[in-house]
Amino acid sequence: MGNYIKDRKPATDEWMPFTGLEDNDTLPSGDIYVPLEEWLTRRESLLARNSRLGVSLSNTDDVSLLIPDLERLDLVVLEFPKMADGRAFTQARLLRERFGFKGEIRATGDVLHDQLFYMQRCGFDAFEIRDGQDVDGSLKAFTEMTVTYQPAADEEFPIWRRED
Amino acid sequence: MYQYSEQDHQLLLERVEQFRGQVQRRLSGQLSEDEFKQQRLRNGLYLQLHAYMLRVAIPYGLLSAEQMRTLAHIARKYDKGYGHFSTRQNIQYNWPQLEDVPDILDDLAAVEMHAIQTSGNCIRNTTSDPLAGVARDEIEDPRPYCELIRQWSTFHPEFNFLPRKFKIAVSGAIGDRAAVAVHDIGLRLVEGPEGENGFEIYVGGGLGRTPMIGKLIRPFLPKEDMLTYLEAILRVYNQLGRRDNLYKARIKILVHETGEEKFRELVEEEWQKIKATGLYLREQDVERIKGFFKDPDYETLPDTDAEFENQLLSNPEFARWADKNIELHKQSGYRVVYLSLKSANQPPGDVTADQMDAVADLADKYSLGQIRTTHRQNLVLSDVKLQDLPALWQELKALDLATPNYNHVTDIISCPGLDYCALATARSIPISKAITDRFDDYDFVNDLGDVSINISGCINACGHHHVANIGILGVNKKGEEVYQLTLGGSAREDASIGKIIGPAFDADQIVDAIGDVLNVYLENREEPEETFLATYRRLGQDPFKERLYG
Repeated sequence: MGNYIKDRKPATDEWMPFTGLEDNDTLPSGDIYVPLEEWLTRRESLLARNSRLGVSLSNTDDVSLLIPDLERLDLVVLEFPKMADGRAFTQARLLRERFGFKGEIRATGDVLHDQLFYMQRCGFDAFEIRDGQDVDGSLKAFTEMTVTYQPAADEEFPIWRRED
Repeated sequence: MYQYSEQDHQLLLERVEQFRGQVQRRLSGQLSEDEFKQQRLRNGLYLQLHAYMLRVAIPYGLLSAEQMRTLAHIARKYDKGYGHFSTRQNIQYNWPQLEDVPDILDDLAAVEMHAIQTSGNCIRNTTSDPLAGVARDEIEDPRPYCELIRQWSTFHPEFNFLPRKFKIAVSGAIGDRAAVAVHDIGLRLVEGPEGENGFEIYVGGGLGRTPMIGKLIRPFLPKEDMLTYLEAILRVYNQLGRRDNLYKARIKILVHETGEEKFRELVEEEWQKIKATGLYLREQDVERIKGFFKDPDYETLPDTDAEFENQLLSNPEFARWADKNIELHKQSGYRVVYLSLKSANQPPGDVTADQMDAVADLADKYSLGQIRTTHRQNLVLSDVKLQDLPALWQELKALDLATPNYNHVTDIISCPGLDYCALATARSIPISKAITDRFDDYDFVNDLGDVSINISGCINACGHHHVANIGILGVNKKGEEVYQLTLGGSAREDASIGKIIGPAFDADQIVDAIGDVLNVYLENREEPEETFLATYRRLGQDPFKERLYG
């Protein structure tokens, strides 16, 4: 793909998005992720697959619906339909901090250099940078800011309690 | 005042470098103006009618003399020699060049200042009482809590792309000088049932096109829970606040549409899940920050001074100023001094670079080296000895900062209006000037007593016209600038939204209309002590309507 960053490095995306399960009897082999709605309706057959599984959410979906399956899931994709729409920041923090999800949390949509610092703090570890952006240049986002004040997915305590 | 740690400094330096990169990406065309907008707005940079406008944060309105000198330097070097203090205690520069902004931020960083989150849909600079720490009616100094909120909210990773801007104010006194009722969240320190202090939490106040007074969603919150509770409110707002309509995106609309009761439930439910996390404030966390705001070493002085008394009796001009622009201090022998930025010669809130430098010197000489900015766009020297007042007055007079009008009719709040602002639909500054010129008679001003006039040049209400006793809203009607009058607003502890009195007035009629309103008050008040607001609340709109339109 060329626009995928994982663990702060450009990487190859091994996942395949898949929708329209109703119309397909045969699923592609390999690691797939499906929209939440299809996950909820076809959960049993998907769980029986011998592959890694992921779910993609819209930013109005209730992440707690995934709680029963977080052990089995390896990927949750969260969406930023516009840069200015920051609802998925909260979804990511809930997944990581409250529900303890250990797999990949991926940001997709209107994802640019300038949000990456905030995204990684909220628990995102993978990013599909929007087309036409300088992917290598945007890696700077992970190192250009080093001071953080508040607790988030990366810090249990605020800055004033870390010195203890 | 708060002193930056090494990490606070580091953060500012990194931020300036990051912004320099963003400006470069913009100038080289990598970022479109629209994409750059998201970034520059988070750094206080607006595109206005004629130029960029840079808004610099003054955390809870507190400045050192050294910081004030840097603000003067920036006004001189990068602007046209002046700055504008805003209703949210910040300062705005109207003429910076985009390519200079990183250098301006460097200069600011050198004195622990910045423009972080002074615009954009994020948590803005926290504002407070300009008399914090010195007021006689104070329950507890709000500044340590403001500083904790500053740290918590700065680059908060979850809340930097909210549905809309988010403003927080904290007051620690019985009198509200921070307009907490018209903020997205207002916190008021109060004494709790066991005698310990905590907060009243108000949510959903605000002005703009849908003015609302904040709802008391928690009558008592223990102090240690302050940040977890704020986080819970912001989390509910980030998830549920409307993003489909810019004009319905503030938290006040969410509270209104969800219902106060249901909104409270949502916040409490979320809060229960996070109240015991790392954001819980331990006593030592609060105590450490309080250490930065300890009382200075005040001298033991009598609360009287012969020369001061003598001047009061022999110098009427001094006596007028002393009557209007100084206030009691919690410490015997000291006074709080308001520096009026409302002379007839400058737009409300505007200060020249030379005035800024001079005020910095006066702060060093007379007031422990600190200056405060106020919600009503004035400055304060908070710790002046009684014996120094005559000399200070002489110097302020020479600087045109001694107009005796604090909280009086010519102490006008005004937005920049159509003279500068890209959103404005009418001019505000010329109206403010016309009012100031008309009511320049001290005896008349004095007789009117405590009254507020606020002017906004458009429905966004940056001039807070809704919460003025007499509010003026400029609108454009078929190409003409006309002015609507609202009466009966208040931004204090008895906060209320003013009501429109009737059809709008032309620009050349509005000052006469104000004169009529003031005369109705003077003719109808029961005694000289009855304020304009009290008279209006007693009588209602009718006698005012009658005079204006009858």
